[in-house]
Amino acid sequence: MSDLHLLLIAVFLPFAGAIAITFCGRWPNLREAITLITASAVCASVVTLFLHFRDGARLSFDIVEPIPGISISFELEALGMLFALVASILWIVTSIYAIGYMRSHGETNQTRFYAFFAIAIGSTLGAAFSGNLFTLFLWYELLTISTYPLVAHAGTETARRGARTYISILLTTSILLQLLAIIITYVVTGTLDFRDGGILADKLDPAWAALLYALFIFGIGKAAVMPFHRWLPAAMVAPTPVSALLHAVAVVKAGVFTVLKVTVYIFGTDFIVESNASDWLIWFAASTVILASLIAMTQDNLKRRLAYSTVSQLSYIVLGALLASNASVLGSALHISMHAFAKITLFFAAGAILVASHKTNISEMDGLGRMMPLTFGAFLIGSLSIIGLPPFGGLWSKWYLGMGAVETGQWIMLSVLLISSLLNIAYLLPIPVRGFFGKASDGSISGRINEAPLSCLIAMAITSVACVLLFFYPDPFYELAMDFAGVK
Amino acid sequence: MIEQNLSLLLVVIPLLAAPVTAILPGSRVPWLCTLIITWLCFLLSIWQLSVVIDGNIISYELGGWSPPWGIEYRIDALNAYISLIVAGIAAITLPFALRTVEKEIPLRQTGLFYAAFLLCLVGLLGIAQTGDIFNLFVFLEISSLSSYALIAMGEQRRALTAAYQYLIMGTIGATFFLIGIGFVYSETGTLNMMDLHQLLLPIYDHRTIHTGFAFIVVGIALKLALFPLHLWLPNAYKYAPSVISVFLAATATKVAVYAMLRIVFGVFSSEFVDITPTNHMFIVLGLSGVIVASIAAIYQDDVKRLLAYSSVAQIGYMVLGMGLATTLGITATVVHVFNHALMKGALFMACGALVYRVGSSQFDKLEGLGRKMPWTFAAICIGGLSLIGVPGTAGFISKWYLVIAALEQQAWLIAFMIVLGSLLAVVYIWKIIEIMFFHADSASTTAVKEAPISMLVPMWVLVIANIYFGLNTELMLSVANTAAQILGVSD
Repeated sequence: MSDLHLLLIAVFLPFAGAIAITFCGRWPNLREAITLITASAVCASVVTLFLHFRDGARLSFDIVEPIPGISISFELEALGMLFALVASILWIVTSIYAIGYMRSHGETNQTRFYAFFAIAIGSTLGAAFSGNLFTLFLWYELLTISTYPLVAHAGTETARRGARTYISILLTTSILLQLLAIIITYVVTGTLDFRDGGILADKLDPAWAALLYALFIFGIGKAAVMPFHRWLPAAMVAPTPVSALLHAVAVVKAGVFTVLKVTVYIFGTDFIVESNASDWLIWFAASTVILASLIAMTQDNLKRRLAYSTVSQLSYIVLGALLASNASVLGSALHISMHAFAKITLFFAAGAILVASHKTNISEMDGLGRMMPLTFGAFLIGSLSIIGLPPFGGLWSKWYLGMGAVETGQWIMLSVLLISSLLNIAYLLPIPVRGFFGKASDGSISGRINEAPLSCLIAMAITSVACVLLFFYPDPFYELAMDFAGVK
Repeated sequence: MIEQNLSLLLVVIPLLAAPVTAILPGSRVPWLCTLIITWLCFLLSIWQLSVVIDGNIISYELGGWSPPWGIEYRIDALNAYISLIVAGIAAITLPFALRTVEKEIPLRQTGLFYAAFLLCLVGLLGIAQTGDIFNLFVFLEISSLSSYALIAMGEQRRALTAAYQYLIMGTIGATFFLIGIGFVYSETGTLNMMDLHQLLLPIYDHRTIHTGFAFIVVGIALKLALFPLHLWLPNAYKYAPSVISVFLAATATKVAVYAMLRIVFGVFSSEFVDITPTNHMFIVLGLSGVIVASIAAIYQDDVKRLLAYSSVAQIGYMVLGMGLATTLGITATVVHVFNHALMKGALFMACGALVYRVGSSQFDKLEGLGRKMPWTFAAICIGGLSLIGVPGTAGFISKWYLVIAALEQQAWLIAFMIVLGSLLAVVYIWKIIEIMFFHADSASTTAVKEAPISMLVPMWVLVIANIYFGLNTELMLSVANTAAQILGVSD
């Protein structure tokens, strides 16, 4: 099979899977087997693509050309490869987790859940392999729409309200700001292709660069830069596997992925530095990092706390893009993968706690760690990786982001990163600490072990081990990030 | 020679078939007859477009009287394209009609219903084909009169008031149009459009011509439901039989848009338009239409009325493209005429399927219906996405050209308003989707089944066309380019 076929399989197999899942809705075991098989096949083709890519294979091709000069095209490129790798690996893990979670939580409409989940992943992979800005926008929108039924899954009034916030913020920003920015880019340059060094450099008056860049940064609502972050906490009404894969990995990372693509291939880092396009935008990213962390500290609902933590972490990546130095872009790209593995572990743990003990608030979790040692252990590992301590993968991305801040002489931004790490400690570590050492006030905690279903534990174990492994062997992601950032 | 004669058949066949259909017995026979006629017209219009798409022109002199004295049918790419839309939508609507007409129209009226339908088709095709401005008026009246009758056949008695309202407004419009023609005729002594174009050139500064132009523009604006002359449209679409909502929404206003294009740029010219405030009027009214009608759509509690208001908004986009009056602007209008026919056709068909099963298009009757009728629901989703203008659907192409046309003239505010309009479309489409899919079933929907296959197939043909023409735009763009040339619009 050629690379072209592999790429098409990776993008379109999930859609075929979704159809198959719909038709097998009556037989849960078959349906979930299809999910797992599809996920494995997709992952296998992405990994094969990655191996070929490492050997120097490059690929770009058009599917159709709706408007002369603007085609729907796919491309094999370093950052996209990294994103696809993360998403497809974690899809398998999440599927394993979801089977245990959805069954023991007695969720309804599971067929719909698995079908739209597959569509969302297909859209994510489509975004990852997009060959131009138009194609990327297309998948970006499809991802928004296909995740709506997942967020509104419960169908209750609260779920519907959360889903409405979710969809309205994402569509508003993307149509009103991002689409406008894309069209302006096209009018100015006559193309929407991704090119090394950007396409705007000689075409756009530098005075307008900051405005256009702002349209992109805020228009890419999935990157959740304040004040357009509210959809992410609102999306926490979704079942936990959705929050885990989509709102810690696929959807939010599709946002920052687009930011990075626009920064490097549309503007070009040199042009951003020359035109000072990001001078005032970095303050938005920096304040998002700090403010979201502070808000996270006030949240008692575990998933909401994690959501605000994600908002904060996403702005690390946006900040790295805005600093526009080699090291910061490298750090940002790396953070896509590192944060993904760590945050998904945290969400898995949150879901496991919900399934096993039906608790959602942190204040009720005192002493719970003694009943669920594995879950809380995984949570601890995930937290440490988010904070960026060795020996966990999260260290590397923070390292390069910090280096980027130093390189560009942005000392304030360096201190923002450091303060944020301290805040991470303050809002994440108390949870396992209270879990292990706290004393339950209502006596609901017995000494008996009462863990989540096995499949949830397996999933958590895989991602926690990955957090550690990524400290020692970050090579695959590191190479891709280096390739993307242009560091030789 | 064969080309000229075959072209005329496009109008003559349905005209002759209409009285025959009226006296056919039963419900299936007239339907079958109409079905055959519409498909014949569809094939003819495909053939016709294939002849003229490369810039050829078919000219037919009615009765052998040579123009400018006789009536001339003059087919260029734009005429043929509009005819294709009308005949195509009619051909796709007919299979859909069978079941809903049996349900909504009393048996003894069925023959008359199909006869009126054919007459309406004659009128719309005639407007698209003729090269004579008075003949255009005649066909406009044929189509309008038959649509008043068709709307009045709606199930509820309020269909009568809706049709009456439309009748009054439509007649005022027709009268204005006729007065305008009178003014122009009194100055030039001709009714042939090509001839008028030539004769008007030296007298652009005459008051009479300006007065006539104003009457004509207002008259057609009433027919195409340009905001704020749209008040007849929501009720007419709501109370009309389902098939008629589909057919009129997808074709009638589009043909009026064509008439506007042809007269404003073809009979008069962009030079004339430049010395009048027409462009500004089109832009202001188009944009207000987009915004006001979209907001009105959000507050409707009935799917058909919601879609009707959305139609008014979409007409705003088409008029806006005319107002920009550049090649790109006209391209956007011409493309959107086609695309809007596809999306509204699909949406109103889905709506018709809902009415067929539930008997109402009120939101409170549709709760949870999306789970009972998944195919219809999916059609609404995709049609809605196209209406919003999501990339990958036909709607995106027209929005794209419209925004580019605005940006080309540095009209940032207009570009922003266009995307704002898309956003409002998101809100009202989402309202339908949420009610149909995420609300608990209401009592009336518990035993509802999916729509019959004869309704699903045409619906899905249009849905797939929405996606196909969002990816392959060769046909529309080549016609749009030719049309811009024919109408003498340049940058």
